[in-house]
Amino acid sequence: MYQYSNFDHAFVRARSAEFREQVGRRLAGELTEEEFKPLRLMNGLYLQLHAYMLRVAIPYGTLSSRQMRKLAEIARRWDRGYGHFTTRQNIQYNWPKLQDVPDILDSLADVEMHAIQTSGNCIRNVTADQFAGAAADEIEDSRVWAEIIRQWSTLHPEFSFLPRKFKIAVTGAETDRAAVKFHDIGLRMRRDAVGAVGFEVIVGGGQGRTPIVGETIRAFLPKEHLLSYLEAILRTYNLLGRRDNLYKARIKILLAQTGVEAFTREVEAEWERIRDGALTLTASEIGRIERFFAAPDLAPAVPNPAFATAKLEHPDFARWCRTNLFPHKVAGHQVVTVSLKPAGGIPGDATAEQMDAVADLADRYSLGDIRIAHEQNLVLPHVREADLFDLWTALRGEGLAEGNIGLITDIIACPGLDYCNLANARAIPVAQALSRRFADSDLAGEIGPLTLNISGCINACGHHHVGNIGILGVDKKGEEFYQITLGGSAGDDAAIGSIVGPAVPFDRVTETVERIIDTYRRIRAGDETFVATVRRTGLSPFKEALYADR
Amino acid sequence: MTSSASGTTAPKVMTANRLSDGAVVYLTLAHRWSDRFEDAHASAAPSELAGFEATALEAVKTRIVVGAYLFAVSVNADGSLAPLGQRERIRAAGPSVGTDLPASRQVA
Repeated sequence: MYQYSNFDHAFVRARSAEFREQVGRRLAGELTEEEFKPLRLMNGLYLQLHAYMLRVAIPYGTLSSRQMRKLAEIARRWDRGYGHFTTRQNIQYNWPKLQDVPDILDSLADVEMHAIQTSGNCIRNVTADQFAGAAADEIEDSRVWAEIIRQWSTLHPEFSFLPRKFKIAVTGAETDRAAVKFHDIGLRMRRDAVGAVGFEVIVGGGQGRTPIVGETIRAFLPKEHLLSYLEAILRTYNLLGRRDNLYKARIKILLAQTGVEAFTREVEAEWERIRDGALTLTASEIGRIERFFAAPDLAPAVPNPAFATAKLEHPDFARWCRTNLFPHKVAGHQVVTVSLKPAGGIPGDATAEQMDAVADLADRYSLGDIRIAHEQNLVLPHVREADLFDLWTALRGEGLAEGNIGLITDIIACPGLDYCNLANARAIPVAQALSRRFADSDLAGEIGPLTLNISGCINACGHHHVGNIGILGVDKKGEEFYQITLGGSAGDDAAIGSIVGPAVPFDRVTETVERIIDTYRRIRAGDETFVATVRRTGLSPFKEALYADR
Repeated sequence: MTSSASGTTAPKVMTANRLSDGAVVYLTLAHRWSDRFEDAHASAAPSELAGFEATALEAVKTRIVVGAYLFAVSVNADGSLAPLGQRERIRAAGPSVGTDLPASRQVA
């Protein structure tokens, strides 16, 4: 993974020292809250319902075991013994004290981490495929490009005060696991007619108040032009994006109002002006970054007979293998997703002890490499098949062996009204109740692939728009209600879910989802997935099941 | 039993977050700040609410609290207060997910 240069170290240390001074001035009364707020937000520090919240960047969801141990140490020393992994591949601490935050940032700097650009109207932490550098279906390692973008965008003077926040995602795989069509810019590695690798550039996707599937504005961009093209897009947005209305300030609104063709013309014209300038990526610069992400030296292995035997002897292990493994590019290895979604658990939460345990297991079985999935799970990307049973056994001892990736209990949920100042309704208790209801792994397996996403407000941090089942919490006269959508998808078949009917109160959400699932099981054709059934039948059978007797 | 109280006539409590740790705090009868909702003092009298606001403004200036505002409460038969609206109920009681530790740990 990327290693800080002396410049990087000095920069992050200087930034931490600057924030220490700003906190001191705030506590001494030299800065008002109005003056301090934008400064703390630039360092990832929010004031939420019950306390401050610190959002720490995990660039493109990649962590070393050493960094994970540091996150555990921070949870223990300065917070309440746990952290919350987010849909932006970051981690949030819910209870830091203001005066401790400079010490936390110093501690993060010790392991080449920070909280810069995790808030504010700037280019946020770049996200990527959590299986990058490991998955068998990969064209190229997207982390290389995410790191190049990170370096370009960090404190970019022209793009530090954009009309609104700006999110970029990159995938280098055949299958989109990074939801690239729902970002301000989504980059998808593609091969052209002669086999050269470049990027499909997708712009204007997003969720929130106005969910939109992004549009491709360039089918193939040669690699060396990545930064100049991004600069042209950002420059066009910065110039034309609205600043008079918070709800119309994202690039997706600009694109919708301008039209894709006209917007693309603006970008291309700007790009023609700057394309062969200083932002052109040279082969030596690309090579310099690529070396940080060199493929690990894994020896291909033949199928392991003990692995097959263990699956036969341990049905729980076999079930876990069916859901939590993904083919690795090196034979005899697997990419392992560690579920943070136990029955009744808080999606994305991990205790300090669990973080330490995962760090130890990463050292033992995955070359010290850990990833964060935007679905709020952890990933050990390089595990030998021969080690899988031992790994699973160890994970089970830590409460981390849930075999439910991609099933109905692999729920995405934002912090919701339990923690978040913006939320209208709780998301976590809804997720807990649903994961308990569908905890029977045979039932979850029989239901099959299904994404269920919950947001506590229209900002959609819980990605409800793109859940096969989406649940949005709304406030009705001070009480929590939940609007259900069906048919959304974040992947290659990107779609925004459709509202199935009137919102239901908190205590009827589980029953409502049960009825939806019962209906699906009754009307599905063969082994049709949930989302395929919804698309075939439309909402009518679900509406009838939910509302006919009400 | 709760008394009916809503809109502008409902009694109100002054709340804020403490600057040092962001904790939820409430203004008491003695115009001090407490992190216990049970200590909150409510009033519907405009003159008293103006006093709440003056105290809160001073506390913001002196860096004790941030983000002060009034919110409506109802008064139970025994005289205790209950926040109106789920947001204020959760602010008063803390996260509803049981403890501040993740359920995964409890489950494990």
